Amino acid sequence: MKVSIFSTCLVDLMTPNVGIAMVEVLERLGCEIDHPASQVCCGQPAYNSGYLEDSRLAMKNMMLAFEHSDYVVGPSGSCIAMFHEYPKIFKGDPNWELKAIALKEKAYEFTQFIVRVLGVTDVGASLEGTATYHRSCHMTRLLGERETPFQLLEQVQGLQLEPLKNSDNCCGFGGTFSVKMPEISGQMVDEKCGCVVDTGADILISADMGCLLNIGGRLSRKGEPVKIMHIAEVLNQQNTAAKGGSPT
Amino acid sequence: MSLQTDKREFNERTTDGIGNPFMRNAVSSAQDSLKTRRLTAAASLGDWEQWRTLGQQIRQHTLKHLDYYLGQLADNIEKKGGHIYFAKTKEEASDYIRDIIVKKKAKKIVKSKSMVTEEIEMNHVLMEAGCELIETDLGEYILQMDDWDPPSHIVAPALHKDRTQIQSVFTEKLGYTGDESPENLARFARTVLRQKFLEADVGITGCNFAVANLGAINLVTNEGNGDLTAAIPKTHIAVMGMERIVPTLEEMEVLDNLLCRSAVGQKLTSYISVIGPSASGETDGPEDFHLVVVDNGRSDILGSEFNEALQCIRCGACLNVCPVYRHIGGHAYGSIYPGPIGAVITPLLGGYDDYKELPFASSLCAACTDVCPVKIPLHEQLILHRQKIVKEKRTGAVERLQMKTAGRLLSSRVLFGKALRFANPASRLLSRHGRIVRGPELVRGWINTRDLSQPVKQQDSFRAWLDKRKGGAGQ
Ligand code: SF4
Repeated sequence: MKVSIFSTCLVDLMTPNVGIAMVEVLERLGCEIDHPASQVCCGQPAYNSGYLEDSRLAMKNMMLAFEHSDYVVGPSGSCIAMFHEYPKIFKGDPNWELKAIALKEKAYEFTQFIVRVLGVTDVGASLEGTATYHRSCHMTRLLGERETPFQLLEQVQGLQLEPLKNSDNCCGFGGTFSVKMPEISGQMVDEKCGCVVDTGADILISADMGCLLNIGGRLSRKGEPVKIMHIAEVLNQQNTAAKGGSPT
Repeated sequence: MSLQTDKREFNERTTDGIGNPFMRNAVSSAQDSLKTRRLTAAASLGDWEQWRTLGQQIRQHTLKHLDYYLGQLADNIEKKGGHIYFAKTKEEASDYIRDIIVKKKAKKIVKSKSMVTEEIEMNHVLMEAGCELIETDLGEYILQMDDWDPPSHIVAPALHKDRTQIQSVFTEKLGYTGDESPENLARFARTVLRQKFLEADVGITGCNFAVANLGAINLVTNEGNGDLTAAIPKTHIAVMGMERIVPTLEEMEVLDNLLCRSAVGQKLTSYISVIGPSASGETDGPEDFHLVVVDNGRSDILGSEFNEALQCIRCGACLNVCPVYRHIGGHAYGSIYPGPIGAVITPLLGGYDDYKELPFASSLCAACTDVCPVKIPLHEQLILHRQKIVKEKRTGAVERLQMKTAGRLLSSRVLFGKALRFANPASRLLSRHGRIVRGPELVRGWINTRDLSQPVKQQDSFRAWLDKRKGGAGQ
């Protein structure tokens, strides 16, 4: 199966290892990978800040970049959810509406693609450790995907999953929100960190790097020894003890 | 009180909220316990999603034909001998109410909680006219006794206070001598209020929904104070926002079900009543019934991109799940309408001059949108506000420039590649032990409380790794 990787600007800029893990897992599952070179960013930061015109440029660029792809798979529930917003944003635009719908229909978040398209829940990963999982708001509520990460994590050998209290509460990242309203965001991430630490887990896993950088950044500042790992990194582990991933 | 409850800057208000452990504790425990109650109450209805869709359809239908239903309501109220008054502005609304009071030579007024009377500053107008006005909703009564402390929640106005604080308000202002148990405090308030009901000349209530084909209003309360306010005094004045209307009892029933479950996690509240001008020969009910329908900016919202905000049935569920409200509390919104719905409607009613920060006080986590029983896309409405605020150039010049630059950068592979090559060494310059410790103004607040990791060094970039691979999956 031919799969176009959407690497997201955050992975490109900050955590290339997540992109690498995603490629390796997908290849192991028999996918043929390509990475359309002109892709950059889904446009979400500017769009969510109210800069509609500035964000449209990024969105159009993405629709063109993936125009010829069969599937587009990205390591971020939030960015994929943004693709799902495109048809609304370009509604009534004769040049772009159809392209927007086409992209929405072939775009999947990484775990979603593995479970829902490839029909796989056991990717043969194994990782010794206790982990808890952070649901990102955009993945669960905007993309509407609540199950696939758990279906995959349950099959990881050696990994024990601990439930996270108040798991539906936002971690306070919210893209530019955390920059614009750092005080409020700081309180939110603080509470989230408390819940993470209370689970007693050594690893915090999520399918969104933004949230992980936010929570991981606060855990690190507080001196908490919890490691953060993107779910692609977890699924790419084979017979290793939790050595932690990026970038705590 | 008016729409605006606090004139200080948004930042000052939030710092205040964040620094108030009493309030935060009260809010977060209320949120946590209401969540389970709401979920159980919702599940007992069957398919909650279908109910929500029905609620949304009813609200949208009514808004679309608002003229028709308001006309029908007016006809039916007048037919039954009641009076209806359409007030375009808040001044018109409170002047009309004052005129009735003056004509009746009324001195004592009891009131059942109503947000819209706050909006039109009615209390102030009536007190200036020399009336004694008593709030009869327990929460509102506590706030009134505490020198009109502003409300902090749509359904539970005194949510920010704990029982010790309430006890001391009662002790100080009313000579209460009992302990701080909620039962004793409520019993005490009830004794005081019962006398007020009996003495009152006029009762003023809000209106959860007006029922168009009946010419009546629907009140939903847990304490029964709405019924007493409407039934005991000779004159009853009900005040409603012009959008709070349903065609018939059937739609009312659906919405009341959604309202009670969403607001307090109950199937229905203790008192659901339908009240209108009393027919001749009836022994109870007021002799004189007035309904004041308040526009105050609502017709500008009607049909605009914010139309869906008018679907709101004021259940407060969006506040009960909002992680921002959880940490800053209701007062930080500076408006009688706090939380997500407040962040949407307050700027519409009060303008961006005073409220341009509110739409940004959200992480867009969409918990509010998810919970809203009438499916208002609250987080999308916040983005719409942001778009308008940006269009009106009300955001900082620096931010606008940054967004413009970022917009270009993030839409072109070539420019982004250049930025990537710059970002890595730059971040190394600003970092210590692999953590970015300094940064431009933009991210300073973030870095104050969190570590920002420097990009991982093991590979130059994801693209470079792809390029180097045999077979060259990258391009
Ligand atoms: S916006 Fe929705 S959830 Fe919030 S108060 Fe209104 S009806 Fe309730």
